[in-house]
Amino acid sequence: MAMHRGRGFASINYPIGMNLGGDPSQALVHSNPDGKFTVALSSIDLGQGMKSVTRQIAAETLGIPVADVYVDTADSDTGPHCMGSFASRGTHRVGNAVIQAAQEARAVMLEAAAEELEVDATDLVTDGRGNIHVKGATSRSITTMAACQAAQFKQGRTVSGRGIFLIPLSEVDPETGEMTPVSCFAHAAMLVEVEVDDETGEVSVLDMQSAYEVGRALNPRLVEQQLVGGAWMGMSHALWETTEPYYPDRSHGPVDFNNYLMPGPGDLAPHHISVLERPAPDGPFGGKGPGEMCANPVLPAVANAVYDAVGVRIDELPITPEKVLRGIRANGGARPKMRLTRTQFAGAR
Amino acid sequence: MAKKPVTFILNGSERAAFAEEGLNLLEFLRRGIGDLSPKYGCGQGTCGACTVIIDGETHLSCLTMAVAIEGRKVETASGLANGKVHPLQEAFMEHFAAQCGYCTPGMLMSAKVLLDRNPAPTRADVIEAISGNLCRCTGYEPIIDAILATANMRRLA
Ligand code: FES
Ligand code: FES
Repeated sequence: MAMHRGRGFASINYPIGMNLGGDPSQALVHSNPDGKFTVALSSIDLGQGMKSVTRQIAAETLGIPVADVYVDTADSDTGPHCMGSFASRGTHRVGNAVIQAAQEARAVMLEAAAEELEVDATDLVTDGRGNIHVKGATSRSITTMAACQAAQFKQGRTVSGRGIFLIPLSEVDPETGEMTPVSCFAHAAMLVEVEVDDETGEVSVLDMQSAYEVGRALNPRLVEQQLVGGAWMGMSHALWETTEPYYPDRSHGPVDFNNYLMPGPGDLAPHHISVLERPAPDGPFGGKGPGEMCANPVLPAVANAVYDAVGVRIDELPITPEKVLRGIRANGGARPKMRLTRTQFAGAR
Repeated sequence: MAKKPVTFILNGSERAAFAEEGLNLLEFLRRGIGDLSPKYGCGQGTCGACTVIIDGETHLSCLTMAVAIEGRKVETASGLANGKVHPLQEAFMEHFAAQCGYCTPGMLMSAKVLLDRNPAPTRADVIEAISGNLCRCTGYEPIIDAILATANMRRLA
């Protein structure tokens, strides 16, 4: 009886968003009497950081401090429509909608400022600290608050903007089956090292090395937080979590934590992450969305590592000790993949 | 069901309210007292979201009878900040140790009891202390880091 080490690799292309109905999201932006801005969304922040990222995007586009933006996701009944927070679509779809809305609002804000300063709106710039001034003449300036207040109380304009992001629905070509369901892909690659006990069938993940390509990491700490948590969840799905019985059994459904195995803080593996940034041409400031992709490469990588360690190919998740043991038995014992030494490898070629 | 008066200390101040005899402490705190910091995750002692501190020990409030806290000292996450946020809360923010935040109040309670008893915990001690608290979002690493960082900060202070 022995412990066997194995390594597994997996890489993925991950589509951002989906094709259903063009996958639209809307955003509305408006200024308030105190010169601060509200971004109204129906996109929900589940903790992934949707509010933070859309707030940054709105502030950057409007040209005002982040502190001057409030993102309101309170109510999907009264807010502008959004398909939802899933499919790793939030940053990309909602972010683009926010940019469009914020650009429109910014244009009105600059017109209002231009009227107050008696200049042309096209000559105005924002300094990102709450001021609007004439290009090259910082002394001819007005605060964004004063401009918004003038719009509201003197000029009778709403400093507001509407935004939507929609990728026209792609139909399947009946002849070839071809379609273009997605415009933007994120990517990941992962190398996992496992140890398999051929007596108990237990698999432990010893180490994870990954590279995630996320477009532009608009908020690097939030990206890291998602990658760490999401990859752990991937490991958890690879080895522990499932509802029993599984779909399509009709009693498939949520159960309690007594029957749903979830690893705890004792079941972690060191995870070394590299974030690669290749800004997406159609992403908000180049952003894609880490989202579900955090978890995805871990599952095939673990399955490959188990195969490498004991020669058992498991294609149904999770990879439980029982499945591993049955596989080892069916093979007549653990069959770690033969590793060629460097010279053998060269000879074999 | 018969109601009983329950007098206890919540986060340092005396509180009194009526509780039905079979009522659990979680529901009592949330609905009877209005302290929403302990969370309902499972109601059966398997998730730790409802963790509170009673006389210095962690307890699952969903498995504790409300009437059993008569005369005892109860601490919840809402009592941690005292004018300014507690060092543990500060460290949780610094380390991005919360995403949805549902596990956070329970994690904070488990962490507080650990640090009150053991000012220099190892990583293994921290894992042991929060092993009854499930987290869906973070992968635990940032939480462990935050708790260890709090202990380090305290030792330096
Ligand atoms: S609600 Fe008490 S342990 Fe889950
Ligand atoms: S932060 Fe969501 S459960 Fe822990």
